[in-house]
Amino acid sequence: MAVEKPAKSGAKGGGYALTTLESMIAWGRKYSIYPFTFATACCGIEVMGGFGTHYDMSRFGAEVVRFSPRQADMLLVAGTVNYKMAPVLVRIYEQMLEPKWVVAMGACASSGGFYDNYTVVQGIDKVIPVDVYIPGCPPNPEGMIDAVVAIQKMLETGAPRASERWPLRA
Amino acid sequence: MSEESKSPVLRKLLDTFGDAVVSTHSDFGDDTALVRREKVVEVCAFLRDDPDCLFDFAMDLTGVDYLGETPRFEVVYHLYSLEKKHRVRIKVRLHEDDPTIDSAVSVWPGIDWYEREAFDMYGIVFRGHPNLKRILMYEGFVGHPLRKDYPKTKRQPTVGPKD
Repeated sequence: MAVEKPAKSGAKGGGYALTTLESMIAWGRKYSIYPFTFATACCGIEVMGGFGTHYDMSRFGAEVVRFSPRQADMLLVAGTVNYKMAPVLVRIYEQMLEPKWVVAMGACASSGGFYDNYTVVQGIDKVIPVDVYIPGCPPNPEGMIDAVVAIQKMLETGAPRASERWPLRA
Repeated sequence: MSEESKSPVLRKLLDTFGDAVVSTHSDFGDDTALVRREKVVEVCAFLRDDPDCLFDFAMDLTGVDYLGETPRFEVVYHLYSLEKKHRVRIKVRLHEDDPTIDSAVSVWPGIDWYEREAFDMYGIVFRGHPNLKRILMYEGFVGHPLRKDYPKTKRQPTVGPKD
């Protein structure tokens, strides 16, 4: 965005900004990402820490946790997802409105973690597209903040969301 | 083990059922009886009702897969008497080609979910069970995951949301 100084013609006010509608909207979205937490395991505890006063997600404009996926922008999958749970996760993902971002928090959501067995989905990207992966078992709340910042960067640069890039394989 | 040193419960079982009790032992103080499949419900009802036994609490039922042995499967009942404060294990061996056994729900209603679990995990069929369907895995699951020949790396198809 380019901001021009007011012209010296004597007119009052007169400042103007040049931008595109897309980047204007993206700038607005950047600091109002509404998360929806899908916490199934110990990562959920770290999520709580992240939203608490110590780490304070509100510094990044992503502190208003929605309890309906219809009002959320960011699906934060924190924990192990098994085959029985996977359809529920897909349904919640489908209920979210575009634009939406998905964060796979921790080893289990990213790859199944050490649950290499008959019940656990080996990474939620088997069922829904994922924008940001956070490593760790569980990750620090800083990891979660990093994910939000990564999504903000995506908005800044206009990078396509995972949901645009990967057609849903359900 | 000599007959005299057998626990009263095992001795009573042997006296009452004779040939239906294949073998008994009390290794490490755990009274255990291997029972023939056909008689298992009778044995259970006896253990519950006999005044010297009074096993009113079926603590657990589980399956075991001895892959490579014949018979391959085993069902283990862990019984406890709240009245007498004693325990006993009843084991039944099942052949691979016919892993069926009579349900003990008529004896202890609480054994319902244990039998469903054994069915889910090992494919052991409990005849006469009121609602024998999977309890832990979902309906679309293929196979019985705790069988020793269930492939370790086998993955299930992800089922879609139910409408």
